[in-house]
Amino acid sequence: MSSAVIKIKFFASLREHVGQSEAEVAVSSVNTVIDVWNSATNNMSLPENTLMAVNMDYVDAAYLVKAGDEVAFFPPVTGG
Amino acid sequence: MLIEIKDAPFEPYQCLLEYQASAGFAGKFGATAVFVGSMREFNQGDDVEAMLLEHYPGMTEKYLQKISNEAAEKWDILDSLIIHRIGEMLPNDPIVLVAVWSAHRAAAFDASRYLMEELKSRAPFWKKESLKEDTRWVKKNT
Repeated sequence: MSSAVIKIKFFASLREHVGQSEAEVAVSSVNTVIDVWNSATNNMSLPENTLMAVNMDYVDAAYLVKAGDEVAFFPPVTGG
Repeated sequence: MLIEIKDAPFEPYQCLLEYQASAGFAGKFGATAVFVGSMREFNQGDDVEAMLLEHYPGMTEKYLQKISNEAAEKWDILDSLIIHRIGEMLPNDPIVLVAVWSAHRAAAFDASRYLMEELKSRAPFWKKESLKEDTRWVKKNT
């Protein structure tokens, strides 16, 4: 069932750093956003200044995730 | 109020005029503040030949809408327009257009500055530069 997983996206330099653009983890294996990072990247260290979003809103690493959430990790933004 | 992501070159002044002509504030605005950001052929001491602009589809639109709503709450403005490029671009290509209309200049100046600063710090876009023999991600906005 798709709602039992958390969908993960990586962008820009962070996507290249982790070597994947998308991933999924079982919701039963994670509580917080940093758990999601550790699970999806096999415990790679989190680069300094990494930004995190859940369902397209900025959150911090301790934010609690739930089934069906989309979690994103990316470097500081450089638009404009 | 309009926000738009474009994956091909755009002409900001033409877009501005078209939007203004179609908007419902004719006769009511005394001030239009316009900011256009364009791609330079140099950055951090190096020649830059091309640039790739990546974004987070969905979150980008959400944040541009969010900051547009915030500006409309903070200042007495009539309307705002944000257009931002993504994809492969070349020096001189416009990257971003921010325009704000208001009855008097102060609100248009202040709101346009706010939109641009918030876009640069919160909207999820990333630039990757192509130098002569290398590519590099821009690490942070100046």
